[in-house]
Amino acid sequence: MAGIVVSAFTIKVKNDRQTFLTQSDTLQPPERYGFGRVATEREIAMLDIDVRPDGKGLPPGQGNSVRGREIYIAKCSACHGATGVEGPNDRLVVGDTTLVKSRRVKTIGNYWPYATTVFDYVRRAMPFNAPGSLTDEEVYSLTAYLLHANGLIDAKKELNAKSLPQVVMPAKKYFVPDDRQDGPVIR
Amino acid sequence: MEIEKVNKISRRKLLGGAATAAVMLVQTASGKAVQAGFTHAELDDPTKVPGVLPGTLGSRSPFEKPVKAPSSTSSRTPLQDLYGTITPSDLHFERHHGGVPAIDPAQYKLTIHGMVQKPMVFTLADLKRFPSVTRVGFLECSGNYRGADDGKIRPQEICGLTSQSEWTGVSLSTLFREVGVSSKASWFLAEGGDSAVMTRSIPIKKGWDDAIIAYAQNGEAVRPEQGYPARLFLPGWEGNTNIKWIRRIEVSDQPFMTREETSKYTEPVADGKIRQFSFTMDARSIITYPSYPAQVEKGYIEIRGIAWSGRGKIVTVEISTNAGKSWNTAVLQEPVMDKSITAFRFLWKWDGSPTEIMSRAVDETGYVQPFLKQLLAARGGNMGYHFNPVTAWAIERDGRVLFRAT
Repeated sequence: MAGIVVSAFTIKVKNDRQTFLTQSDTLQPPERYGFGRVATEREIAMLDIDVRPDGKGLPPGQGNSVRGREIYIAKCSACHGATGVEGPNDRLVVGDTTLVKSRRVKTIGNYWPYATTVFDYVRRAMPFNAPGSLTDEEVYSLTAYLLHANGLIDAKKELNAKSLPQVVMPAKKYFVPDDRQDGPVIR
Repeated sequence: MEIEKVNKISRRKLLGGAATAAVMLVQTASGKAVQAGFTHAELDDPTKVPGVLPGTLGSRSPFEKPVKAPSSTSSRTPLQDLYGTITPSDLHFERHHGGVPAIDPAQYKLTIHGMVQKPMVFTLADLKRFPSVTRVGFLECSGNYRGADDGKIRPQEICGLTSQSEWTGVSLSTLFREVGVSSKASWFLAEGGDSAVMTRSIPIKKGWDDAIIAYAQNGEAVRPEQGYPARLFLPGWEGNTNIKWIRRIEVSDQPFMTREETSKYTEPVADGKIRQFSFTMDARSIITYPSYPAQVEKGYIEIRGIAWSGRGKIVTVEISTNAGKSWNTAVLQEPVMDKSITAFRFLWKWDGSPTEIMSRAVDETGYVQPFLKQLLAARGGNMGYHFNPVTAWAIERDGRVLFRAT
């Protein structure tokens, strides 16, 4: 099913370009150009805030949901509601979904596949009006509160670099890699 | 100095009379105040007064007012008001997760570390010293489909989170060689310098294949809304992976499972499954003329639109003018480029009877743009990201053009 193409000169232009490229006297690329400088360990440490599912990147410190709830009410509830279900912004807690119409409710408790992602995201981007302002201890506590509010850990559970990656998220089993591929099949 | 200044002023004054008159005329031509001393005929005839002198920046005609349609999270390109395939930079769609940051290019740094021989920091000037590449490519948000039951919806709202630019920058593979990416690496994290510190994990292969750290867009510096001073550009891949304001790349042997690639840009599909890392944008097209809110008349109508695929080149766009009963091949406008928007057109004679017109893109892998019902069937009835259905326009007896879901 070839399309009609508006140019009689396509092939000629392509050939001319190939000729031009093969005749060029440009230098071959070196192995390295030598531009830029080596990054110091210190400056990498200041930037490297990501946390992987295996816990790599989690800082020292700990927190629990009791402390987390206080921080949540002070710094998060204005956008996410008194208990994490009311909004107006993203719903964080599954709660009672029987009153929700139409769209699937996507919350930490029923949609997020990794608990470490909560820590990573809250630390890098929240609160929305003061991103990156929380201490690591505050982030551990908030993560504990959000996981507890979703019924995933006990109220008194201490979260730290060792215990957080071990929290099993219910939605993880639903995730599958992209199965679409080139060709005619619609997926 | 003083004399030169005086001379300059007096010379300006001398020429300024004409220039000022011309400026007044531009205002008058758009229907504003008529200045004393000119007759109506003089004011409306641009051949009767000298024009505006050369300036430092061009500007859009005051008669042309295309605008993006913003919400609190995005702003949509007015596809129905555009021509050709390149989106004017100020009309390129916007989607960001913590607003547009103000970044001083003199302070800008890109750090590459992780599974590399030599972790490195590159300034903007460093990036520009490397050999450059330029290519045209579309960008599309993966959440880019809307409909309307009453049919009163423009291409801008249906799929206006699609735009196209010519991007210039350094190949990421060049930087990968410079830092010595490990042969064991399989993923890299791309991180933005915005207040969301936006992150996505990208397979390392894409970085070697055709990824660009772009610092220019349509011949000038990348716009702030598009990632100034530098952004990741991944041809054909969903918009949010093209991290803007890129500040850091960490090379790894596993994905980082960031919030965007787990809780956000994933889509529920059949059997309760959630599809993840769906990077490629499937082929799509839309007729941008005639489209709502245009009204057409009987006789010749050139149906025009755009088609694109994240899998390669568009090879065919098919048009139906009888609600999908039969299909004909549209003319594709050269150049037809890889992972780029291609313009199409189809000359049609409308007899005045109500009908539906629609377009269907086919890419070089043989993918055929599906109808909405096909997509829903393939995904267990779920709507969500990566919805690229055929879009139909109903032509009413009175010439009104209204959206129809397919």
